[in-house]
Amino acid sequence: MASVSVCQYHSGGFSFENCKRNALLEADINKLGFSSPAARKTGTTICGVVYKDGVVLGADTRATEGMVVADKNCSKIHYISPNIYCCGAGTAADTEMTTQIISSNLELHSLSTGRLPRVTTANRMLKQMLFRYQGYIGAALVLGGVDCNGPHLYSIYPHGSTDKLPYVTMGSGSLAAMAVFEDRYRPNMEEEEAKRLVRDAIAAGIFNDLGSGSNIDLCVITKGNVDYLRPHDMANKKGVRTGSYRYKHGTTGVLTKAVTPLNLEVVEESVQTMDTS
Amino acid sequence: MHFTVVFSGLSGVCDRLRQARVRTPAAGSFSNVVKLKMAAVLQFPASVSTFNNYNDLYPDWTQTEVSTGTSIMAVEFEGGVVIGADSRTTTGAYIANRVTDKLTPIHERIFCCRSGSAADTQAIADAVTYQLGFHSIELDEAPLVQTAASLFRDMCYRYREELMAGIIVAGWDPRRGGQVYTVPVGGMMTRQPVSVGGSGSSYIYGYVDSNYRAGMSKEECLKFTAEALTLAMERDGSSGGVVRLAVISEQGVERQVILGNQLPKFSTV
Repeated sequence: MASVSVCQYHSGGFSFENCKRNALLEADINKLGFSSPAARKTGTTICGVVYKDGVVLGADTRATEGMVVADKNCSKIHYISPNIYCCGAGTAADTEMTTQIISSNLELHSLSTGRLPRVTTANRMLKQMLFRYQGYIGAALVLGGVDCNGPHLYSIYPHGSTDKLPYVTMGSGSLAAMAVFEDRYRPNMEEEEAKRLVRDAIAAGIFNDLGSGSNIDLCVITKGNVDYLRPHDMANKKGVRTGSYRYKHGTTGVLTKAVTPLNLEVVEESVQTMDTS
Repeated sequence: MHFTVVFSGLSGVCDRLRQARVRTPAAGSFSNVVKLKMAAVLQFPASVSTFNNYNDLYPDWTQTEVSTGTSIMAVEFEGGVVIGADSRTTTGAYIANRVTDKLTPIHERIFCCRSGSAADTQAIADAVTYQLGFHSIELDEAPLVQTAASLFRDMCYRYREELMAGIIVAGWDPRRGGQVYTVPVGGMMTRQPVSVGGSGSSYIYGYVDSNYRAGMSKEECLKFTAEALTLAMERDGSSGGVVRLAVISEQGVERQVILGNQLPKFSTV
C-alpha cells in the first residue's frame, strides 16, 4: 500500500514539484490581467523525407514570441555531426541547446569509437535526455542522416517518444506539410523530386499556418556529402513600396530659422549595418 | 484531465477500496492524492492537455503527450504465442504515426505489446531489453518469459505514479513453452491464456470471452487475433491503421502485416 503523506521523501530522480507551483502562480498572474513573458517559440513547419540516395530535411525560418515575429530568418536545421542534421520545433532555446549538447556528446562518442556516428545513436541520446526531463524541455525534432546502414529519419517528441519513418513532419504547420507528403510521397525518389516535395511541404506550412513563415531552408544529406541550402527558396521576399511619403523641399514654408552650432570633436567613428531584411 | 480507474482484487496488491485517481498534467509525485482502486483494468486514451498559456495558434501537440491509444492482444497456443496490435499513435486528435510497430522485441523469443504513453513504454522497453540481455548473458541461456514480465512489473510498479504504461509480455521459452503475461497500468502482473489491452480492448472483451477456446491451432489463433483487433479498431477512435501480427515459437518469430483493405469483413463493419 502506497503511503498517503504530503511530505514523502523523494528518493532520487528529478522532482518536478515546482513546475506545478509555477503553473498555479502563472494562472494567478493571468487572473490579475498581467501576462508572463512568452518564451520564444519556433512556431514552425519542419519535415524530412528519405529518398533514393539519402535524406532531405526542410524547415521554414520564422521564430515567434507570442504573436510577434522575433526572427524573420532563423536557422532551424541544426548540425549534429558531419553526416547527421536535426530540425527543431517548439521552444527555440530548448531545441538549440538540446541539439548542441547531443552534438557535443556524439562527437566525443565518435572519437571514442573511431567511427562515423550513427543516426540511431543520436536518436537514443536525444530520446533518453528528453524522457529524463518528462516533457518539460519543449523540443520536437526531426532527425535525419546517412550512416553505414543507409539513410535514416526519426521524429522525436518532447516527452521522449520516437518514430522511425520514411517521411515525417513536425511543428504547428505539420498538418499542412503532412497533407502534401501523403499526396505525393513515393519510395526511392530522385533528388530533385525529393527536394521539390520537401519545398512544397514547407511552403504549405508557411502559407497556411500563422506560426510559420519567411523562407525555406533545405538540407540534403547523402553518403559523404551534405548540401546545406540556406535559403533554398525565398518564398516571402519583402515587396517594394509603390508610393513614397517623401515630400519635395519647400513643401512646408519656413518662417524663422535659428542655428546654434555645437562644438564637438569626432573622436571615433564606427559603422554597424542593421539587418533590415 | 485523465482518469485512471483501476479495478483490482487480484494478485495481492491491494484489497482495500481507494479513490479514483486524477492525473494532473505536471508529472510530479501524486503521493498527496488519495487513490481508490476497483476491479478491472480500463485503458483510456492518454490525452493529457496541460496549461496552454500560448494562444491556440499552436496545436497542443507540444504539450500533449503522445499516446499509443491502441488495441493489443496476445494468445497462447500449443507451442507458442500469437501477438497482435493496431498501428495508430495519436497526439490528441492528430495521428502522429499511422504505421507504428507496437510489437517490440525484448529478446530473441520474447516480445512486448505496448499501450499507454508512447514515451513511457518506449523508455521502459529499452530499459528492460538492456536488463534482460545482460541477465541472459550472465545465465548463458535463453531468458524466461516470466523473468521479462517480472522486470516489466518491477519497473511499472515502482514508478507507477509517474508512468502510464499497459504492457502485455509474450514469448516462448524452452522451460514453459508459450506464455502470455499482462502488466496493466499500476504494475500488477498475471499470466493469462488470452490477454487484450489498450483503449480498444474494452470493445472486444465479449468477443474474446465468447470465441476463445483452449487448444486452438496456430492458424486459428491468428484468425482469432486478427478478427478481434479488426473489431476493436472499427469501434475505437484511438486504434486503427494496419494489424501487425507475430507468431513466436521454438522455430523463431514470424511477422506479418494485414493492410487496411485486407482486414476481415464483418456485416456491420
